[in-house]
Amino acid sequence: MAFGVYVHVPFCATRCGYCDFVTYALGEWGGATLEGYVEAALGEIGLARRVLGGGSQVNTVSHVDTVSQANPVFHVDTVFFGGGTPTMLRPEALVRLLDGIRDAWGLADDAEVTAEANPDSVTGETLARLAGAGFTRVSLGMQSAVGSVLATLDRTHGPENVTRAVEGARAAGLDVSLDLIYGTPGEGLSEWRETVAAALVLAPDHVSAYSLVIEPATRMGAALARGEIAPVDPDLQAEMYEAADEAFASAGYDWYEVSNWAREGHRCRHNLGYWTGGDWWGVGPGAHSHLGAGEGRPATRWWNVKHPLEYGERIASGASPEEGREALSGEQSRIEAVMLGVRLREGLDAAALPEAARDALPALAGDGLIDEAALGEGRLVLTRRGRLLADVVVRALT
Amino acid sequence: MPADPNSPASTPQAVIRNFCIIAHIDHGKSTLADRMLGLTGVVEQRAMREQYLDRMDIERERGITIKAQAVRLPWKVEGVDYTLNMIDTPGHVDFTYEVSRSLAACEGAVLLVDSAQGIEAQTLANLYLAMADDLTIIPVLNKIDLPAADPDRYAAELAGLLGCDPADVLRVSGKTGAGVAALLDRIVREVPAPTGDPDAPTRAMIFDSVYDTYRGVVTYVRVVDGGLKARDRITMMSTRATHELLEIGVISPEPKAMKGLGAGEVGYLITGVKDVRRSRVGDTVTGAARQATTSLGGYRDPKPMVYSGLYPIDGSDYPDLRDALERLQLNDAALSFEPETSVALGFGFRCGFLGLLHLEIVRERLERESDLDLISTAPNVVYTVTMEDGTSTTVTNPSEFPEGKIREVREPVVRATVIAPSEYIGTIMELCQERRGVLQSMDYLSEERVEIRYTLPLGEIIFDFFDALKSRTRGYGSLDYETIGDQAADLVKVDILLQGEKVDAFSAVVHKDEAYAYGVRLTDKLRQLIPRQQFEVPIQAAIGSRVIARETIRALRKDVLAKCYGGDISRKRKLLEKQKEGKKRMKTIGRVEVPQEAFIAALGTYDEPQAKGKK
Repeated sequence: MAFGVYVHVPFCATRCGYCDFVTYALGEWGGATLEGYVEAALGEIGLARRVLGGGSQVNTVSHVDTVSQANPVFHVDTVFFGGGTPTMLRPEALVRLLDGIRDAWGLADDAEVTAEANPDSVTGETLARLAGAGFTRVSLGMQSAVGSVLATLDRTHGPENVTRAVEGARAAGLDVSLDLIYGTPGEGLSEWRETVAAALVLAPDHVSAYSLVIEPATRMGAALARGEIAPVDPDLQAEMYEAADEAFASAGYDWYEVSNWAREGHRCRHNLGYWTGGDWWGVGPGAHSHLGAGEGRPATRWWNVKHPLEYGERIASGASPEEGREALSGEQSRIEAVMLGVRLREGLDAAALPEAARDALPALAGDGLIDEAALGEGRLVLTRRGRLLADVVVRALT
Repeated sequence: MPADPNSPASTPQAVIRNFCIIAHIDHGKSTLADRMLGLTGVVEQRAMREQYLDRMDIERERGITIKAQAVRLPWKVEGVDYTLNMIDTPGHVDFTYEVSRSLAACEGAVLLVDSAQGIEAQTLANLYLAMADDLTIIPVLNKIDLPAADPDRYAAELAGLLGCDPADVLRVSGKTGAGVAALLDRIVREVPAPTGDPDAPTRAMIFDSVYDTYRGVVTYVRVVDGGLKARDRITMMSTRATHELLEIGVISPEPKAMKGLGAGEVGYLITGVKDVRRSRVGDTVTGAARQATTSLGGYRDPKPMVYSGLYPIDGSDYPDLRDALERLQLNDAALSFEPETSVALGFGFRCGFLGLLHLEIVRERLERESDLDLISTAPNVVYTVTMEDGTSTTVTNPSEFPEGKIREVREPVVRATVIAPSEYIGTIMELCQERRGVLQSMDYLSEERVEIRYTLPLGEIIFDFFDALKSRTRGYGSLDYETIGDQAADLVKVDILLQGEKVDAFSAVVHKDEAYAYGVRLTDKLRQLIPRQQFEVPIQAAIGSRVIARETIRALRKDVLAKCYGGDISRKRKLLEKQKEGKKRMKTIGRVEVPQEAFIAALGTYDEPQAKGKK
């Protein structure tokens, strides 16, 4: 049974003004250390192995309540190191964690193993060592090719770092994905086109493009509240999305999820696992996990405590790092399946939708939100306009 | 409480004095009344609450009096024990009828005027009512302790109005008590004793009727002829309904049951009825066994002049709103309501009120006493629409204004009196002109103060006229009005359409010349308030099929969360569940989903009148 492992590395050199992720910049660690983090994460991997399968002893953590002993043995198809900045860790540490996962469950021969990296935090040497240890893919936070936009985003790298990082990854034989952000205050359509073109020049295997969301509890959110920056114009973001989709498509990158494009055979399997109801264990502070419904247990999501210090203490004392959990009702699982599946190129099976949702389909097609031709073949697939209004479609279907 | 030397039911009319106090809301009537309670000994100093006679919280907070009370006060002059009945009068324009009934229960009136402000329009109107009833007027300037007091100036003003000598104007301070004893003496000397016939068939006038949760309806009466005794059977002359007097008594200042009430006396009755509409203000009570042949006259049904839709913000509160309205009606014979449905606001009630203050009081009591969050539509007056074919319709809800060939629309008209410093004549005339007013007359009360009389359409003064008057006269202008009939006017109904569908809550009857401005204002407001949809939404204002204003809500182009990875899923699903919950509060007009909040905010255009009663 396919299974993913996500490893959250909650450390950054500095916190970017727009970031609301679980991460701690230098000076916010409160006594946590990278070494301590690695030991704790390895400890959680051991815990996960005992809980999920092959476990020979009944243990005291709460997860055991929800996971039947009759579980099939998991093997790991995808691993994703995200953050934070995973490359804050030395390559040996990343390799130790991957080895830990391999020791616990075994890695599939064709396993996809991704590390996120800041363009200025990796060297060719680092990337070569990761590739040698089994990493297959690197996801680089390029964000923009325009200096002023990078500055607004508080990014520490410049366009030249991205080129070097991509070259290093290629030399190491790694797949390359680039993350881009559009709609940064001060960024116009022409700057965005420049970024998209620059990304395509680097010939990555995969691109993600996200519209900037300014969350209130961030520095940028505070600046917005003080009126120092202008709110993001959703109409401009729509134009930017359309421009990017156009450019990616004509360069041979097909959209396969609302914010993701890939060359044939290079879709991110780990992320697809999130969107298709797959099982994964999230290791590390603030990481989320999901296990689908099984014999005698409901589908369950849970998440870990956020601070690395508390996380480490819990693991060290043999306790679960779990902070909270929710058991999903059948209805909730169904809503999630629609909410996530509708964002995919494959879309949803129209016949499997409840009657009320099916009744909404002609109007959605009439508004140009879902593809008429695909609907004729029983699939609900968003049009480009529909992708930009995916939440409208989801609300109509749920 | 000292013993009352004169006992009810056996007090000779010669020692009875019935009087009321005519005053503007903040001229200190309640403070003076409290002072009289203390001075006559019916309330001991330590039991004194400020403004003892104002019973309801709202009254206390706003410093105004809604329900009249009657208090029996003993007072001795030159060795003779007198019985004074002080009848408190409501002070607002909406309650003119109640005022007139209170006045009719008295032989005299204290005209109380703030010695720093002078007489106000409503006080003047009530003074004219009292003079028309031949009441003896005792002019009194209050608040002489204030640094800003200018008693000489206002004594001259009152003397001019009453045709008396300025020296006859008493000067008192309710706050310090100065002059209050002299005022009581003067009431005894100048106000005539009642002159009813104690042996004639009983006639008593109801001047107030209050619902009490424990006792049912408490009815305040002035006995004119004959007398009433506990256990008597009585008949209401307007309805011929007969009740038994379960209790009869006087207020001094707490209710106290007595054997009965004699001619000239004032007190209360309890018959066990549960609804004030069965014991109406202005009606005449007579004995069931020995009935009077003619009533005291002056009774009239309260007639709603202003209508507004009241809707619960939470639709599930509808039954609670109905219960609350029914409960209020027990105590408010003038309140009328019937269910109505609005596309924009859901289920609610169309309610009829005497006027704007009445509307505000009802609304506030509903929210306060029943814990309901309410939205009210813009108030409107009653129109009579006659079609070309001669059929005629009474319109109490603008959305029901008839379509088709209209011959004539008639609207209620009032005679409005404004009193203000003369420097504001220009701005007041400008305001009245804007509201389609016609100047009737103008008189100087003194060198600095002027009384201006206009006829105005009632519909033009119920929105925000009073606020506009106050702000344009820096708070010095006062207003009184009375309805005097109706007039034909060039009125049209403006509808607001969302994607071609009418939004009933915003239909308004306005003068033809104002229709365009109304349309522009509402369409612009809604454009700002209604969230963008995935399609373009036109908002139009139209008279019949003719569009007079148009705005467009541009189509929404982007509504998608960019990222949705492992850690985002729970949060995103919960957001979706919340949105689904919120969808229940959405109103769908055509295909347009509008949050109820948008309608509420748009109706807020007319929020100004709600601030009116507050000082």
